[in-house]
Amino acid sequence: MAVAKKEQELLVTVSPHIRSDETVSRIMWTVSLSLLPAFVLGVYFFGPKAVYVTALCIIGSLFSEWLVQKMTGKEVTLSDGSAFLTGLLLGMNMPASAPFYIPLVSSFVAVAITKQLFGGIGYNIFNPALVGRAFALITWPRAMTSWIEPTAAFVGLDAKTTATPLGLLKEGGMQKLLEVFGDKTSLYMDLLLGHRAGSLGETSVIALLIGGAFLLYKRYITWHIPFSFLTTVAVLAWVFGGKGGLFTGDPLLHLLSGGLMLGAIFMATDYVTCPSTRTGQVVFGIGCGLLTILIRLKAGYPEGVMFAILLMNCFAPMIDRNLKSKVFGLKKEAQK
Amino acid sequence: MSHQHQEKVSYWALLKNGVIKENTIFRLVISLCPAIAVTNSVRNGFLLGSAVLFVQAMVNSTVALLRNFIHPRIRIPIFMLIISGWVTVVDMLMAAYARAAYKEIGLYIQIIVAFASILARAEVFASKNKVGASFFDGLGSGLGFLVALVIISFFRELLGKGTLVGVTIVPVKPMLIMILPAGGFLVTGLLMGFFNWIDMRFYGGKGAGGAGGH
Repeated sequence: MAVAKKEQELLVTVSPHIRSDETVSRIMWTVSLSLLPAFVLGVYFFGPKAVYVTALCIIGSLFSEWLVQKMTGKEVTLSDGSAFLTGLLLGMNMPASAPFYIPLVSSFVAVAITKQLFGGIGYNIFNPALVGRAFALITWPRAMTSWIEPTAAFVGLDAKTTATPLGLLKEGGMQKLLEVFGDKTSLYMDLLLGHRAGSLGETSVIALLIGGAFLLYKRYITWHIPFSFLTTVAVLAWVFGGKGGLFTGDPLLHLLSGGLMLGAIFMATDYVTCPSTRTGQVVFGIGCGLLTILIRLKAGYPEGVMFAILLMNCFAPMIDRNLKSKVFGLKKEAQK
Repeated sequence: MSHQHQEKVSYWALLKNGVIKENTIFRLVISLCPAIAVTNSVRNGFLLGSAVLFVQAMVNSTVALLRNFIHPRIRIPIFMLIISGWVTVVDMLMAAYARAAYKEIGLYIQIIVAFASILARAEVFASKNKVGASFFDGLGSGLGFLVALVIISFFRELLGKGTLVGVTIVPVKPMLIMILPAGGFLVTGLLMGFFNWIDMRFYGGKGAGGAGGH
């Protein structure tokens, strides 16, 4: 009797003590939902082909996940939404004019090779959707960089191809960019709304920001990575981006163009492939920004967000190891 | 790894050991650099594989011939001298009789000197065994290397160029990445995984590294 009473008074259990309703699948589906505005605008600008390409990516991802899990005798976890989200993100990173085999092959590379062969969800070193896109860009460089001109919905069946704003900037400088878009105000407005050539889900900055704000409000992402990423890009673009010397660059143009918003809000913040401490995440974001600007201004490719995030993915474990969070209750020497 | 009781081992078993059980690329996982560098076409893979096959067999025979005269303390420099001698022979033969191929993979022919696989067989096997056995061990090891290179380059050329030995097989747009270095890593890794799977599934093995050790 006495023993039992004592046990009740001193009930010790292992953590976690606080449980929430959040599950992997719930997070995945919510993130997919937050991508919806950008996707809808992508469809509005690039027509039904955008739906076709994205659908192929999603089907390819789900099939690859199912196939590998069946082959390796694991439990099939299609309903957790992670393969769906990878497919959706991959689709939004494709030009709407991509021929059918590109979404299928790159979604297989993304899910089967990058994610499942490394051990499945939570074990991948690199962001699956970005590896899929990098694979496609290197494999089919022509097809992956022929962008269709955005048209106001459902008229452009044989759409013209054109260059992205960053491509124009790389080739002809600001002069050329203003020739195409008119004056600066309309350039910024077009970039903000997404009325420009590019991957089908990356163009509309405003829609991506709405999705990002929703994720911040739901606390699925924190401000650390996007903020440090975007700030670094803006500052470095301002300092080094101009033709007329230091401090003459156009930070707003660099912030609004390319895949920066999609990358900073939805790709770099992937739980698995970014550092887990807050300080580490800021370092990660700064690194991404640095590499992005380096590639945009100095390298052969007009856009560098994808390679920047992939390269920083490699560094995430190293950042985590060197910026450990404090362990409470230990002496200073013992922490090392 | 023990080859002390090699007297009982048949030449056929030595060949088989080199090709399958201790395959340089897929089981011992050494000499991967050339396996990725030259395998963007079957022809190049075959040529380098043949060169290695020849060097490996000759080096093994020479080392086995001289094994009683080589002082153990300076054996590694002596092995290196023997290897570079035979590589020079191949290099000159190729420069004289196969100009076109030599221009493409000549650099890698000279680098055969530094291949871990060749020194490994000389040290592990030829320095302790008779000439006949050493020759067949070298033949098996070289053949394993050749087969591995041909398999890798088969997939890389087929996927990356849509051709095989220069003949168009697949008329659709090929996957450029496969003939780039990144594709070499991808194909080699996937093939290694596949052979590990076969080993584990059908032969009860433990995967790469479990068979040989390096």
